[in-house]
Amino acid sequence: MSLDSLESAVKEIVQRHGGSEYELVAILNDVQKVCGYLPESALIQVAKGLDVPLSKVYGVATFYSLLSVEPLGEHVIRVCENAPCHLLGAESLVDVLQKELGIPMGGTTSCGKFSLKYTSCLGVCGVAPAIMIDDEVYGNLTPDDIPVILDKYR
Amino acid sequence: MRFYRSHVLVCGGTPCVLEGCTAVRDALIGELKRLGLDEEVRVVETGCLGPCDLGPVIVVYPEGTLYEKVKVSDVPRIVEEHLLKGRIVRSLTGEGRVLGIARYEEPQYLEVQERIVLRNCGIIDPSSIEEYIAADGYRALAKCLTEMEPSDVIEVVKESGLVGRGGAAFPTGLKWNFTAKADADEKFIICNADEGEPGTFKDRLILEGDPHSIIEAMAIAGYAVGANRGFVYIRGEYGLSIDRINEGIKQAKAMGLLGEDILGSGFSFDIEIRRGAGAYVCGEETALIESMEGGRGEPRVKPPYPSTHGFLGKPTVVNNVETLANIPPIILDGSDWFRGFGTSRCPGTKVFTMTGDINCKGLIEVPMGITLRKIIYEIGGGIPGGRKFKMAQTGGTSGGCLPAEMLDVPMDYFTLPEMGSALGSGALLIMDDSHCIVDIAESFMRFFASESCGKCVPCREGTARLHDIVKKLAEGNGTGEDIRLLEDLSHTMQRTALCGLGQSAPVPIMTMLKYFRDEFESHIKDRLCPTGTCRL
Repeated sequence: MSLDSLESAVKEIVQRHGGSEYELVAILNDVQKVCGYLPESALIQVAKGLDVPLSKVYGVATFYSLLSVEPLGEHVIRVCENAPCHLLGAESLVDVLQKELGIPMGGTTSCGKFSLKYTSCLGVCGVAPAIMIDDEVYGNLTPDDIPVILDKYR
Repeated sequence: MRFYRSHVLVCGGTPCVLEGCTAVRDALIGELKRLGLDEEVRVVETGCLGPCDLGPVIVVYPEGTLYEKVKVSDVPRIVEEHLLKGRIVRSLTGEGRVLGIARYEEPQYLEVQERIVLRNCGIIDPSSIEEYIAADGYRALAKCLTEMEPSDVIEVVKESGLVGRGGAAFPTGLKWNFTAKADADEKFIICNADEGEPGTFKDRLILEGDPHSIIEAMAIAGYAVGANRGFVYIRGEYGLSIDRINEGIKQAKAMGLLGEDILGSGFSFDIEIRRGAGAYVCGEETALIESMEGGRGEPRVKPPYPSTHGFLGKPTVVNNVETLANIPPIILDGSDWFRGFGTSRCPGTKVFTMTGDINCKGLIEVPMGITLRKIIYEIGGGIPGGRKFKMAQTGGTSGGCLPAEMLDVPMDYFTLPEMGSALGSGALLIMDDSHCIVDIAESFMRFFASESCGKCVPCREGTARLHDIVKKLAEGNGTGEDIRLLEDLSHTMQRTALCGLGQSAPVPIMTMLKYFRDEFESHIKDRLCPTGTCRL
């Protein structure tokens, strides 16, 4: 995205939220939807638009796990390794995912297709272990399911 | 209104959606149409029916037959045999397996349960305000607005003995009273739907299954305390909950049950949704408010409490989803009726989510004071694979771990803390004897170390150190000194951390050390895991 189009996109988003500082989390959510992540130039634009210090915007952008100031892959895979999922074998899913994608947890594939992250509890513990790819949740998983699911995104 | 001879309820809760219930629903509708039964049999997508790991689940009424793990390929048989010829397809009812429930309302599963919060979940179509109204919906709001003074409403809630179901167990009526008494030009109601406690998914399923009960309760709370605006703060990860509550708000507005001058009473109330962005700590009410004001979700120093200094510094009621869902029935049926459930110290019911090593995982609602044994063995169908029960963690990852000797302790907000545990949000994690305590402890502590917001030192440093020490033990590098250090650190955190996160993070460790100390010691002394299952 060019700097100009980024600028106008951010402006539009800030306006849509009434230019209110109270809407900062929602604004950053929307900016991330447009840019795929939160580049520094976008954070600067948001700070200008809301007339708040950049440090405040950066502080919020780095606080929440769904926001990222680092470029993310086209698809973000979030693995739940909290107790209910851990108990039912989430670790083996992590092993397979790392092997299939050739990246460690927290990494992004060199082709830019996938990012692999841990997530806080997804609230689908009834079908643990679970992972979320973008907005899609998958439950009741075994290591054998992983390649099949990944193929849908490859 | 059309009458149907049969209703097929398809569970549309997230766990069933993940298992493919939408395709099953569409196949049912298609097959019924093909056989010309679509005028006689109605397919309804409901909220969660309960047995989450048996999904997709459907129930056929009036017989009450429950079909589990239904595949699209099973649909023609169910329609042709059951709905056309009237013969139950026994091979698909899971009879004899797990629960042996052929009838949804029968044996153990629903009989021990008492449904106040989940009164409509799995029964009505959550996307239809008409069905909610037909099930007495919005009658409690109408009663408040036409027959009761705001102070009467607070009195009933106070009398009912309802305490907060998010975990803190603060008396709801008292909370409302503080806000009602506070002098301000504007007040707010916030529904805390930032459910993040690992193992808990009740609020998600209540919002998905009966969104109008929350909308109605928020309007009642607004009337009681003098607030005209409400917010539902929902986790960003809860897509379906957000959609359902959004739809519900629109419907209520269209019917004049939200907005200006509700039912001609002169009372106005509106609700907006605020979406979280992924932070466990935002379930803490002041952190949630910080997040709603566009900041980092870091808890505030209390007092003052949100009831007098909340959102934008104004008096604000923050109630959990489950707490709110109790309100309309309490208003309609009265506080004495509500006190008829549960125990005298802790009236009402509790919604639990059962996870881990248990035959029937899912969502249940039972009277307060029920024993763990009853939940695990009567409702949950026991431990799979004939294994032995080892421990149950009550209240989510920040709750205590109870051994088999505690199976008969009454589960309520007052008894469990006396055992060093907590009822918390109602998450129940059951573990069999194949699991290593130290390995599980490491998983718990990793969670807190990553979710600590970093504002106060005891939690920021404490959670990281707890994790370091437990990790050291799990790797077989621990010393006797480490156990003393764990205990010392835990005590300090419980006494000095700023909010519930840091205060309760050591709870699982403390209870594990109390009940399973020998297992920690053998990891240190013998460098051996007694279960032989951890990575040691």
